[in-house]
Amino acid sequence: MQIVIASGKGGTGKSTVAANLAWSRAQAAPVTLVDCDVEEPNLHLFFPGGHTDTPVTRLVPAFDSERCTRCGDCGRFCRFGAIAVLKDRVLFFPEICHSCGGCALVCPNAAITERPISLGRIEERHPLPDLRLISGVMNEGEAVGIPVIQAAKEAAAGDATVILDSSPGTACPVIETVKGSDVCVLVTEATPFGLHDLKLAAEVVSSLGVPACVVINRSCGDEDETEAFCREQGLPVFLRIPFSREIAAVQNRGGLISRDLPGWQTAFAGLYEQVVSRVEVQR
Amino acid sequence: MKRLAVVSGKGGTGKTTVTAAIADLAHRDLDLVMADCDVDAANLELLFSPNVQETIPYYGMKCAQIDPDICISCGACAEHCRFGAILEEKAIYRVEQADCEGCGVCEHVCPAGAVTFVERKHGEIYRSTTELGPLFHARLIPGSGTSGLLVTEVKERALEAAADRDLLLIDGPPGIGCPLIATVTGCDAVLIVTEPSMSGRSDLERLVRVCEGFRVRMFLAVNRSDLEERITAEILAFCAEKGITVAGLIPFDDAVQRAVCSHRPLTRTPSPASDAVAAIWAVIRDEMGLP
Repeated sequence: MQIVIASGKGGTGKSTVAANLAWSRAQAAPVTLVDCDVEEPNLHLFFPGGHTDTPVTRLVPAFDSERCTRCGDCGRFCRFGAIAVLKDRVLFFPEICHSCGGCALVCPNAAITERPISLGRIEERHPLPDLRLISGVMNEGEAVGIPVIQAAKEAAAGDATVILDSSPGTACPVIETVKGSDVCVLVTEATPFGLHDLKLAAEVVSSLGVPACVVINRSCGDEDETEAFCREQGLPVFLRIPFSREIAAVQNRGGLISRDLPGWQTAFAGLYEQVVSRVEVQR
Repeated sequence: MKRLAVVSGKGGTGKTTVTAAIADLAHRDLDLVMADCDVDAANLELLFSPNVQETIPYYGMKCAQIDPDICISCGACAEHCRFGAILEEKAIYRVEQADCEGCGVCEHVCPAGAVTFVERKHGEIYRSTTELGPLFHARLIPGSGTSGLLVTEVKERALEAAADRDLLLIDGPPGIGCPLIATVTGCDAVLIVTEPSMSGRSDLERLVRVCEGFRVRMFLAVNRSDLEERITAEILAFCAEKGITVAGLIPFDDAVQRAVCSHRPLTRTPSPASDAVAAIWAVIRDEMGLP
């Protein structure tokens, strides 16, 4: 069972839902929580403690200046503009290299080999006996964290219950996180921004063939438009989290409402059951 | 012309609310152009009901395509593709376009010449007019990749239009990856909008370290600053250490949600949050030497 938490709009409470869902479930059965927001990973803030690190690397070209004849084939091949061949040397810009390996393939003099450079790391923690937390962390200054997302998902592969926390937006990192999941929980807030971005996220998730359901966060009672959209699209709303300063305070300090406020453990355990039933309905 | 981008690291800290409020104040005596560079979830348009003047298709990188009549099913393309973009089913190979990065390796290794590169529309760029001035915004077709390149194209068009004006104001994306890097590149200053939470602070620190790689002046505003004053104080100490100008604090205020829900900039109605943004804008305007 792989459950993914996504949103479109940022800051709607994806990590809140992911962390509380995992914590509540881990009271009853083993669960693996995976932070796929590799640009700004935050789930570890809810579960402080020691961790083990595994590096994530990507391949970039290394140029052998003895063999290189400055023919320029690699520079002409590279569609990303990462290689500039000058009369006397080759300039390489690793930050725009996509690690496709094409330059090494086209070099007529076997002057290019590939070497791994650091892209990020996978951190692993065990905050509860039945809770395994895997965090993908992209190095600051890198542009594309997709291989870190892949490595984080790979580290959780085979675990019985996996909860993935996605980055905001609708572009490549979100697609990489969502694809292959059994069900998606879309977290939204009942504002025009929240609804606009919920529509986009619902479109992405649907295009990937993943069934979805909705959690409305910071609900202030006036959510008619969001409810109407969910009805039209056949998206069940499984949980509403009201706005309150008490909930915000727990959240802001890195607390878990399912652990620190009464009633929320039951609410999140109920959410888990409903999300799982959504998968079974689809099957 | 000065270029100012509003960014945040963490999503949902109030970038768009602050951008819209600053635009509303700035346009009163400056010549302004706006760009929404949060292309995968663009929201500025929801506050300014833009009149679209021109729609420009966005193609991004060309994607590979395999001609099944020429393909000899050797599998060389799938073997060499680093992005897992080539799928095989019963010896029929095809390109999953969402995964294709357009690198050209498959075309190079294909012994039959079955691979060609085709343009595919990934989105649209809009040149619009609003009551505050021109707005450049975009829509990425959900499921398309490459949003960093779309950010660059939106920005280039906005820069061209802003050439003889006072200010290009950019609503930026969350995160620290390619869309953020494309947004910050070439800006004179960024205004970082953060919030006093553990997540907000952690994301802020990562964002600041990325921005330090650019020659860009950093301003900071803490939104909902009174919700967790201890973390607000830690953020201010971090700014002092890094030499970041704190432009101001915005208190938690119901007026913010009311403004968003009525599709209006915050600054149209007096409120504590509206006054705070006005003070922030006064600092930035002065420090950037805007007229």
